[in-house]
Amino acid sequence: MSARPLPRPTALSQPHWEGARAGVLRVQRCRDCGAHVFIPQPLCTACQSDALVWSDSRGHGSVYSFTIVHRAPHPSFVAPYAVAIVALDEGFEMLANLECEYAAISVGMRVRVAFRALSAEISLPYFVRE
Amino acid sequence: MRNPLHGVAIVGAYNTRQARHVGVPETELLLDAMRGALRSAGLGFADIDGVHCTSSARSWRSRETAMWLGGRPVWTGSADVGIPALLEAALAIASGQATSVLIATAQAGEYARREETAPWTKPGHEFTECFGLFTAAEFALVARRHMHVYGTRREDLAEVAATIRSHGARNPEAVMFGHPVSRDDVLASRPIAEPFHLLDCALTNEGGAGLVLTSAERARDLPARPIWLLGAALDRCGMSYVTPPVWDRYGDVGARAGRLAFAQCGLSPAEVDVAELYDPFSFEVIRQLEAFGFCARGEGGAFVRDGRIAVGGALPVATNGGLLSFSHAGLAQLLQKPIAAVQQLRGELPRALTVPDARIAIATNGGAGALFCDALLLGTEPA
Repeated sequence: MSARPLPRPTALSQPHWEGARAGVLRVQRCRDCGAHVFIPQPLCTACQSDALVWSDSRGHGSVYSFTIVHRAPHPSFVAPYAVAIVALDEGFEMLANLECEYAAISVGMRVRVAFRALSAEISLPYFVRE
Repeated sequence: MRNPLHGVAIVGAYNTRQARHVGVPETELLLDAMRGALRSAGLGFADIDGVHCTSSARSWRSRETAMWLGGRPVWTGSADVGIPALLEAALAIASGQATSVLIATAQAGEYARREETAPWTKPGHEFTECFGLFTAAEFALVARRHMHVYGTRREDLAEVAATIRSHGARNPEAVMFGHPVSRDDVLASRPIAEPFHLLDCALTNEGGAGLVLTSAERARDLPARPIWLLGAALDRCGMSYVTPPVWDRYGDVGARAGRLAFAQCGLSPAEVDVAELYDPFSFEVIRQLEAFGFCARGEGGAFVRDGRIAVGGALPVATNGGLLSFSHAGLAQLLQKPIAAVQQLRGELPRALTVPDARIAIATNGGAGALFCDALLLGTEPA
């Protein structure tokens, strides 16, 4: 079985993945308009300012939408598994796996982030029930 | 100023054989697509002064395939396969850079690792691939939110899939010809990415397709019945499958393109006779019916009931069987939407699938799960 595809951090995303390795959900925030920007970008996508800084999300949010995948795109994923769009309390959204009893998942369910080390460099965020 | 698109017509439209495995090399399939489109137009290679012919697995590009014309100078296209390529060629013709452009694409042999989903369903990206996301899951995330907000039912999704698959079952050129599917069949098929089950999802197969565009002046001299460009626009919200497909932000993608396309010819959705909507997954049709103004937001689920989108209904959708039953060959299906519209307007589809007296058709590409959606309006008469 081939290995699960892991993210290859770029110069832009490196701080996010370094945060994940340290157990922190790191996201860009705009000093001018206050928007949180995710995925990492070279400028604020809300006001186009350059004044982006990295900040730590509290990692709490709610399920915006979800799917249970039964046919994995690649044999390294063991189906079934849950993928969600999580709306973080700071006002940004991210994709991640959701680890809990699938029958209990609903839109609006409160979740918090956790991390799992998959290699020396990469820890992946996932979400569990709050 | 006159809209330059209104001086351009589609005169050739052709699909090669579509099949799980077509049994011929991809290059041969591409040549078939090119020759077939020319034959449909009543033109030969010598009449063409612009080409945009590409393939997937072998990766033929248009400047390479232009060499097949013997090295004489021609215009070549480079836009994305589908409606963008068609628009690029139309504007080249309208601005006098070319008179007749051949567009074709083909794919065979790209899907070799069957333990995985098809290559074109799983673009890799740092913030998606690692979570096991692929096209079905991305579109499922949009569908689930719509079901939550508007109460859209899984039965409504199944109704779309069964209707479109019933079209394909009656089209001898469809991969799933002879395989009618009921709403219960869709509901009972195995889950893929909930709420989608197997029969809510597009096929994965091989095939090719081609189109010929020419100037209004040239079109009038040809034996082929010209189909006229009435309006078109593209909605793109960034890269597909990178940022989360958030309904509140992207649920309307295509709405702006649709408004612009209708405004270009002074038509309204009520005047459309046939809707060759892009149908990678059942729910996307419901979403596009809303985005393009065929019904109000949130009412797409109710709209598709009672046979309204079947041939014979008020607004026939994906009349050749679409991506769900006719073909989903990686990229060729993007061209096959305009081709289906042309074939309807020319009365070239099988009699059982022909919409009588169809004059106006819409063809679309893309969807909310992919953060882009393009619209093209075609007609039997010039704008």
